Amino acid sequence: MSIDDQSIHAETFILNLGPQHPATHGVLRIKLTMDGEYIVDAEPVIGYGHRMHEKMGENRSYAKFLPNASRMDYVGALLNTHCHVAAVERLAGITVPERAEFIRVITAELNRVSSHLLWMGAFLVDLGAFTPLLYTFDDREDILDLLESITGSRLTYCYYRFGGVCNDIDDDFIAGTRSFIERMRSRMPMYHSLVTENIIFRKRCEGIGGVPAETCRRYGATGPVLRGSGVCYDVRRNEPYSVYPLFDFSVPVYPEGDCMARYRVRMDEIVESLRIVEQALERIPAGPVMAEKVPLILKPARGECYFNVEAARGSFGMRIVSDGLDAPYRLKVRSPCFSNFSLFRECVRGTLLADALAFLGSLDLVIPEIDR
Amino acid sequence: MWFDDLKDGFSESVWQEDAAPYLVETNHAARGADLETTVPAERVADAARVMYEAMFSLEAITGMDWIVEGRMELVYDYVQFSSGRRVTVRASVPREAPGLPTVSMIYPGAEWHEREARDFFGFIFIGHPDPTPLLLPEDADFHPLRKDFTG
Repeated sequence: MSIDDQSIHAETFILNLGPQHPATHGVLRIKLTMDGEYIVDAEPVIGYGHRMHEKMGENRSYAKFLPNASRMDYVGALLNTHCHVAAVERLAGITVPERAEFIRVITAELNRVSSHLLWMGAFLVDLGAFTPLLYTFDDREDILDLLESITGSRLTYCYYRFGGVCNDIDDDFIAGTRSFIERMRSRMPMYHSLVTENIIFRKRCEGIGGVPAETCRRYGATGPVLRGSGVCYDVRRNEPYSVYPLFDFSVPVYPEGDCMARYRVRMDEIVESLRIVEQALERIPAGPVMAEKVPLILKPARGECYFNVEAARGSFGMRIVSDGLDAPYRLKVRSPCFSNFSLFRECVRGTLLADALAFLGSLDLVIPEIDR
Repeated sequence: MWFDDLKDGFSESVWQEDAAPYLVETNHAARGADLETTVPAERVADAARVMYEAMFSLEAITGMDWIVEGRMELVYDYVQFSSGRRVTVRASVPREAPGLPTVSMIYPGAEWHEREARDFFGFIFIGHPDPTPLLLPEDADFHPLRKDFTG
């Protein structure tokens, strides 16, 4: 090898990010090929948290799978379980009382706010800012308390049932949620002046981690990643489910495609979710919260259906095939993080390692949901 | 309109003469898709190209094992972001020879979906850039979602 070939740019080295690393927020390994501070290639290695939920779906009855759905994306557990129960209801032809659908929307949107708050705190820790985490966890705590009072758990909720929800909401919950909405709205200007206007934060985010809209389409990325790239696609709006069509809300879209755009989408979504919850609390009808005559052991007729919800991270879907028995013949889980993360390798080539970590944080990954 | 455009695209490059062409309109509220079609396994990549040109995105690839019929099926879920329309494309292969072309050169996001289907069912994607286990251990030689799997 001649001396010319040994230029500094020809020398690369392998750097392992993870499987145990604070910035990956879970057991995720990224095999980085580095040229100095620049990334030549980033190969994600996933599957460390793989539990084969799809097999578990096949070997137990429909109801026994209920708690599993909340253990994939445990940060937005209610949104996942909403998809599961709605898919089974679609398959079995169960009609859900309107009050139950309202309660589902209220609790799911609160869960979305708590998920975005957790993301925001964790993302800022990735960028080196520790203080905002304490503020976001303070606000998130209120939501967890509210949800705990009616669902009985703080994180891995198993609250929805086929045909409704297991517990009606009470006056304390309604009053508590109303005061939380007030509190959260008053906190938003503080977050914007503390974080959004922060010059260090902006320099770490603006123009960093660019994802073109076309790349999102090629990789099937959805959720805030897609909307941060200027595509207005939200399952709640494009394929309305539950009682979402009754509410007035907007879908935040930012065209820049960088980390800042994804941050802004999620911050705006918190405000929009609060609007939905407020309208739902005002218009919630009286009535039962559980459909009558839902058999304890469900045996949907032979058939197949696909159902999608807008989870906190994007389009979460389930395809369930029934062969008429008490357990699904096949239960496929479509995870939004799986697709959102698959574009990482292409988009991160040639960037600085520090920017790649900002990009990774802005994707809002929940690793157990990728691994399932 | 969009229905006819897709039909033309499929007629030209996917179905050809030998296959029974059909494109069924399904009830989105009951099935979760607007259109459903079955294509010959060797033409899934042609179908993906038609869908790509019609501005669809590939959302998921689902494997299924129909052990009684002796076949395995792949279900490609496409979604169009501008409209929220969904199209389901199906293809099936014999269980003994579950090989079909990859669609990852059209939709790079399919690379992981196909590796997952390979893990769980043992599909062989011809032309796949990296056919190694994704979610299962790197030395896994079993396919847990096959119906005859006893683990």
